Amino acid sequence: MLFKNKKTTSSDGAQPAKTKAPIADAHYLSVRESRAIAKSNARVIRALEKRKKRTHVSESEYLCEMQDPNNIVEFDDLRTYFFTDAGVSKAVDGVTFSIPRGATVGVVGESGCGKSVTSLSLMQLVQAPQGQIVGGSIRFNMGNKAYDIAKMPISEMRKIRGKQIAMIFQEPMTSLNPVFRIGYQLDEMVLLHTPGCTKEQAKARSLQMLELVGIAAPERVYRCYPHELSGGMRQRVMIAIALSCDPRLIIADEPTTALDVTIQAQVLDLLREIKGKIDGSIMLITHDLGVIAEMADYVVVMYAGRVIESGTTAEIFHNPLHPYTVGLQKSKPVVNRKVERLYNIPGQVPNPIDMPDYCYFKDRCTRCTARCEGEYPHFIQVSPTHRVACYLYAGEDGKGGPDA
Amino acid sequence: MKEENKKDAVAETSVPAQEAPPVEAAEGPAAPAEEGAAIDPAAQEPAEGHAAQGEEKGFLADNVRSLSPMQLVLKRFFRSKLSLIGLATIVALFLFCWLGPLFSPYGEETIDYDANGRLNVTVTEIKIPLTDENGDYVYDEDGNQVTVSVWRVQKSEMLVDTLANPSAEHWFGTDKNGYDVLTRIMYGGRVSLTLSLIVVLLETVFGVILGGLAGYFGKWVDSLIMRIVDIFNCIPTLPLLLIIGSVLEGAGVDPNDRIYFMMVFLTLFGWTGIARIVRGQILSLREQEFMVSATARGLSTARKIFRHLVPNVMPQLIVSMTLGLGSVILMEASLSYLGMGVPLTKASWGGMINDVKDPTVLQNYLNLWVPPGICIVLAVLGFNFIGDGLRDAFDPKAKR
Amino acid sequence: MAKYIIKRILISILILFGVSIILYTLLRCMPGDYVTQKFTANPSFENSEEKLELMKELYGLNDSIFVGYFKWLFGNPTLQTRGAILFDFGTSFLYDRPVTEVIADKMWISFALTLLSLVIYYPLAVFLGTRAAVKQYGAFDYATTVLTMIGISFPTFFFSAIVVKIFAYDLGWFDTGLGQVSGGMYNPTAWELFIDQAWHLVLPIFVVVVLSLGSIMRYTRTNMLEVLNADYIRTARAKGLSERSVIYKHAFKNTMIPMVTMLAGLLPGLFGGSMILEDFFKVDGIGRIAYTAMNAGDIPFVMGYNMFLALLTVLGMLLTDLMYVAVDPRVKLTR
Repeated sequence: MLFKNKKTTSSDGAQPAKTKAPIADAHYLSVRESRAIAKSNARVIRALEKRKKRTHVSESEYLCEMQDPNNIVEFDDLRTYFFTDAGVSKAVDGVTFSIPRGATVGVVGESGCGKSVTSLSLMQLVQAPQGQIVGGSIRFNMGNKAYDIAKMPISEMRKIRGKQIAMIFQEPMTSLNPVFRIGYQLDEMVLLHTPGCTKEQAKARSLQMLELVGIAAPERVYRCYPHELSGGMRQRVMIAIALSCDPRLIIADEPTTALDVTIQAQVLDLLREIKGKIDGSIMLITHDLGVIAEMADYVVVMYAGRVIESGTTAEIFHNPLHPYTVGLQKSKPVVNRKVERLYNIPGQVPNPIDMPDYCYFKDRCTRCTARCEGEYPHFIQVSPTHRVACYLYAGEDGKGGPDA
Repeated sequence: MKEENKKDAVAETSVPAQEAPPVEAAEGPAAPAEEGAAIDPAAQEPAEGHAAQGEEKGFLADNVRSLSPMQLVLKRFFRSKLSLIGLATIVALFLFCWLGPLFSPYGEETIDYDANGRLNVTVTEIKIPLTDENGDYVYDEDGNQVTVSVWRVQKSEMLVDTLANPSAEHWFGTDKNGYDVLTRIMYGGRVSLTLSLIVVLLETVFGVILGGLAGYFGKWVDSLIMRIVDIFNCIPTLPLLLIIGSVLEGAGVDPNDRIYFMMVFLTLFGWTGIARIVRGQILSLREQEFMVSATARGLSTARKIFRHLVPNVMPQLIVSMTLGLGSVILMEASLSYLGMGVPLTKASWGGMINDVKDPTVLQNYLNLWVPPGICIVLAVLGFNFIGDGLRDAFDPKAKR
Repeated sequence: MAKYIIKRILISILILFGVSIILYTLLRCMPGDYVTQKFTANPSFENSEEKLELMKELYGLNDSIFVGYFKWLFGNPTLQTRGAILFDFGTSFLYDRPVTEVIADKMWISFALTLLSLVIYYPLAVFLGTRAAVKQYGAFDYATTVLTMIGISFPTFFFSAIVVKIFAYDLGWFDTGLGQVSGGMYNPTAWELFIDQAWHLVLPIFVVVVLSLGSIMRYTRTNMLEVLNADYIRTARAKGLSERSVIYKHAFKNTMIPMVTMLAGLLPGLFGGSMILEDFFKVDGIGRIAYTAMNAGDIPFVMGYNMFLALLTVLGMLLTDLMYVAVDPRVKLTR
């Protein structure tokens, strides 16, 4: 009942917004309303946190089957919401894609589209207590068995973090603990995940890792504090830490955004080189299509918390289907092509707290059809690897191909 | 059930009455049922907060007007229970102190001469040595003189109703001088509250001007002002105020005016904190891009200071002012307790507690010193709660 | 580094000069100087102007403020002092002993009192603050926040009065006479005396602990919250470290940087005693002595005491900077 009410309002309100007319029903959130929100948030969060904090959970609870044993990770209808004071913000709302073994999957989208949150969900590192995985599953292939990370308690998750899945963060300047030496931060990881490892062995491993990431004087860097290193060096150290336990999957969350261009190239080269050396997959998150084109085997395009198109890199780049993907590519400067001004996609991303019930891109789309007024479009399988969520490619029944 | 109702009300407010949309028809199939059950959807407002995730969410629901920063601060402030409690306490104290005396039959210096027939009773023990027939003193086995005690009881009608117990007439009783304690508390509160407000205001004006000068001009102006700040910081405040108190006494200042001088001196030693905050803020702001851009746009110095710097310093300033109110009240109470504040005939919270130096009062007359003490605690606590609430409300990184 | 320290020391000396000038001027403005107070009240003293002048001369009170200050600073030949510049603050009028001696004598009981309280409240505050930050907005957080806020809102004398009323008068656990030893002890052994003295310190320590807990707890909590939001904490979690090592190793070491350096700022309070507290509990520490001296117009002692506090404050500031260098690998003193 409630839910319907709200939906109505939002669709009403959206129309005038587009034409920039004054909004008739505009109002502020009253104190009582926000109290009600805070109360219900607290209730939901408490239940979810309690579930996560349990210890001694039997393995059967989160044991699962991979759909395709060749995949290392399968996101299935993942929902990660933020319970904010203003309401529930659906940062990731039904994301489904998979990362094949040994492949690099690029996730693109503009700021705030949920790509970072997706990766953090995979690590169960979403900013708690506001951010919570509320639905769907993340199947992770452990080799002989598979776990559903979305259902795992934190205590079990710790054994996967760092050991099975390692993460490289966006901000190398602040991602290393300023009061510990580089050596300590490297050794710590090795000691933690290698049973029976001595300090000497850990140090040897750390030095080897520093060398692997192309640091010329590993012994010296080993004794340094983070602030004594440059940004590029710190990112190398971060990569070394990530690699030190031979993870099956490396998540690189915009690893080059905070670095300057020459260093960016070096770090990307390093990542590519390393990928060849280790037997693992990479989930590369970026908003830079150039990086994706160079690095990735598969591309997932996200918009407003949902996947709107995914396929192999060649498919996405040579045959982009979703108007948003097309727009993204057009807004990227290309050498040798003369344009008056770069294309930009008009309009704004809808409010993640108050998503419309039709295609989220409709209000910004230049190729709308009558059918776009309907429900959120389902996926249309264009090729075995390529799918898109847009009515333009749907058949008469609104579904087109088999629903993925 | 109650919860449900509330949610309904919330949702309703966002529906414009004149449009009355067909509710059933608008049902969104995209929304799975369990979603609606688990999560309260009644939420439209700019999302704030988790920029920490590297994902910015600066969108607005189309039908919610964006709040101005000040409104946002107020909203956050009023949502916190503690700040509300603090605000209520302070308002209540102000009403109590200013309206209360209107209903009291006694004045600040009214001595109650009607003791209701209470008697002053003194009991004296008189020991008379015991003598035997021969007129010799009698000693017990240990060699101690044996005495007979006689108790003399003197009764006299009390002239002044002093140290009366709480009664309908005097709710908190009377003190040693026959003053009504409740009335004295009200008048004492007037002094503490006004004094703290004025001192903090003066402190702020002083601190903002000097700190602003130091931060804005830098160089030798800065070093000079900061050295002065250092000197004042190194002088122990309480001893110094005590000295000043007795200087004033000796200088023949009318005891009733002494409070104004104390105000000035409290200000003199309180401005350094504010000056430091302002200077620090301005120094850091000066380096920031928007100041560079203001300079690039050719704005005048005055405009730069008042339109760009001051609003940025305001949050910290307001917070430290509120918290300052509490500490001034504490300082004033300490001075009065040590007898250096208002003159003795005048009421002050600290001065009233001074009575505990008499062990009898401490032990038996709780009504004399506990109520003023509680008033001090309430006032300081109230201001602290408000200050804390404001700090949280101003904090752009606030989690909730 | 050495250059920085030397510069700081020079500035400190300048500050101390400023402090001493202000203090001396004010003290000399005090009404009823020591001589007048003492001798006019004494009936056996023949109250003639000449004799009063003579006494003032003896106490060095007949100079103008300006001359008096110079004599205080560089030594007074009549009183045979070497001057404050050589740490000779003259002889206390009231206690009839060199000021430095009195301070050195009475300092330790205040020091013991404050240090013992510090040893209790500091770790407790750090512990509570950390817990509150980790469970931000939880019940524990709210409870400690409210309780500590109430704690910092109490004036010392009021809280002391309540504590004495409850624990000494009503429950009878402590000596209602307060002070440092019980009155009616008959030939106590050293051990009994020690226990008795220690027992007398319990209440004042309790008061200090409760009243000081709040601000440090709040400080820890704020620092901890800031650190817990830092990127490197996320990195630590991503490594697979347990929540325990994330908080008590990675976050804690960062939180402790401002906390440890703050300790240096407590220096003046550590040695300077507290006037109100010591006066209330009749502890014969430096604070109480100074309070009595101040009421008596004992200029040399009050000057000496206040300069002692100012010196400690200046030292505390310098020490804070040095602590930063010692604790935080990122900080290097330059300039």
